Amino acid sequence: MEKILEVRDLGISFHTYAGEVEAVRGVSFYLKRGELLAVVGESGCGKTVTSKSIMKLLPDSTVEIKKGSEVRFEGRDIIKLGERELEKVRGKEISMIFQDPMTSLNPTMKIGDQIGESLMIHKKLSRREARKKTLEMLAMVNIPDPEERIDSYPHEFSGGMRQRVMIAIALSCEPKILIADEPTTALDVTIQAQIMKLIKNLQKKMGTSVILVTHDLGVVAGSADRVQVMYAGKVVERGTTDEIYYNPKHPYTWALLKSVPGAGSQKKSELYSLKGTPPDLMNPPKGCPFAARCDYCMSVCIEREPEETVSSGTHGVRCWLQHPMSPEVKNPITGGVR
Amino acid sequence: MRILEVKNLKKHFFPGGGEVLKAVDGVSFHIDKGETLGLVGESGCGKTTTGRTILNLHEITEGRVIFDGIDVGASRRGVRRELKKRMQIIFQDPYASLNPRMTVGDIIAEGIDIHRMYRGIKRQERVRELLDLVGLNREHAGRFPHEFSGGQRQRIGIARALAIEPEFIVCDEPISALDVSIQAQIVNLLIKLQKELGLTYLFIAHDLSMVRHISDRVGVMYLGRLVEVAESEELYEKPNHPYTQVLLGSIPVPDPKTAREHENIEITGEIPSSLCPPSGCPFRTRCRYAMEICSVQNPPLKEVTKGHYSACHLNDKK
Repeated sequence: MEKILEVRDLGISFHTYAGEVEAVRGVSFYLKRGELLAVVGESGCGKTVTSKSIMKLLPDSTVEIKKGSEVRFEGRDIIKLGERELEKVRGKEISMIFQDPMTSLNPTMKIGDQIGESLMIHKKLSRREARKKTLEMLAMVNIPDPEERIDSYPHEFSGGMRQRVMIAIALSCEPKILIADEPTTALDVTIQAQIMKLIKNLQKKMGTSVILVTHDLGVVAGSADRVQVMYAGKVVERGTTDEIYYNPKHPYTWALLKSVPGAGSQKKSELYSLKGTPPDLMNPPKGCPFAARCDYCMSVCIEREPEETVSSGTHGVRCWLQHPMSPEVKNPITGGVR
Repeated sequence: MRILEVKNLKKHFFPGGGEVLKAVDGVSFHIDKGETLGLVGESGCGKTTTGRTILNLHEITEGRVIFDGIDVGASRRGVRRELKKRMQIIFQDPYASLNPRMTVGDIIAEGIDIHRMYRGIKRQERVRELLDLVGLNREHAGRFPHEFSGGQRQRIGIARALAIEPEFIVCDEPISALDVSIQAQIVNLLIKLQKELGLTYLFIAHDLSMVRHISDRVGVMYLGRLVEVAESEELYEKPNHPYTQVLLGSIPVPDPKTAREHENIEITGEIPSSLCPPSGCPFRTRCRYAMEICSVQNPPLKEVTKGHYSACHLNDKK
């Protein structure tokens, strides 16, 4: 499959009064046409900043995109595009849905107008055509009685319904890439299951490529083609979904997988938990960013940052344990050695 | 020994226009001393209101809450004050529940001051002791909430709840706002404190796998009613109520092969408004087994197997 998006060496810093926060530090990845890539990590790991930079949605005043960063969408570098050209990409070629459906809709506009807006701008549809297409979109995201609901305001919808409206807006112009930033975090499990199924179905039906940003490894197991795990502004492990779940190699991925209590876990026993908190990106550590919390930390980890070790064409990991000279360690997920 | 008994508890709100919002509508359960009862359900099902009404943070509309033999709703002011010392709460949002203008030490000691438990050096010692207990540093007492991360703030909230040595704590979604790796830290802390201090918990959450881990028994709420309650293993292995079945079926499985193969029983539609709940069984509008009787009569909570209660008409057919 052809790569529709390629991010190379992306570096993003925020300039605050207290100093420079290096939120994303050299991230490279690609997205193939029609695939679903999950970006997993905890708050502050840079996953949202990375996804926003793909649409260049970060404020220019405080954000610095480091020199040499590239976001290539169908060959064009998005970072170099001007505001006018970006407007043609945003919403039409690449669109985004956000975590909080409550605040990302305009409370003073009918939802039908909010969906139709982008159709009229990008697809140059007339008001009547846009309305017809909007009705189709509402039906597609399974909103009951679209004829009636098209003239409702966001406050008349529940959280799950608002997220459906957001998806309808995002997909109305049939974008090539959909970026979903924690689309189900604010929703209940039952609704989460519905929304995930909807995204997966629409992705298959329309052939859209999806980047799904989440902190929950459980949510993406059934839907993602590939997964990349981020920590402290870096991609620490990437691979196909099966590689990440069945043969994870980075201690941070192990920790994420182990922190979910399984059905067989002894009740009220101590859950596996990571010590401490992620590093302060105002002064990022010189070695591996995970070293301070890692159970397998060696002296080299504090001194030098590991390069990516690629084991199969798709599976890459940044960890010194992969080095042939490192001691052998039992993998707590597979039970195998190293 | 029963420490808390809730009998047919109702909490209705009156939003105006003659409407009645039945947030909690006839809920009964008990909690034994040293036990953890988990309470799960979708947002708007009344689980938080139940927790708050038990603590008398909302006035009881109908029914009774009996804590250690004392009727919480009917007690006089002096007794209520004593009760507040014995029952505490940990809130969901560690950002909104700490006063940003108070130091951590003063936040933790607020209850100590109100109940005039310790003063001067003793008060300081107690604050340090509490900081140790929840895994924070003693120097943190002089800092302000904004200097802490979400997990640390939740530890401050726990220290505040523990300050006046309560016996019973309502944990109102204490981990929902936290990252996965931090959630495990807080759950471990709560389990440790329960073992050391003999605490009793009402653990309200929507993360079903964490609830299973921490609870001895679990209750499932839907639209202001308790639809099922059982020992946690029993509930997760053999859910009886159709709602519990779909709720458990919606838990994401962190295993790609199982997740791809198992086509979960999808629940259609959303939770109806508590302003105009369906007649009869509250779940009938989304239930795939709904029968005629379900729209007429609300099924009472009945024992299906020992200690396992469920409110569903299907159990009468068998």
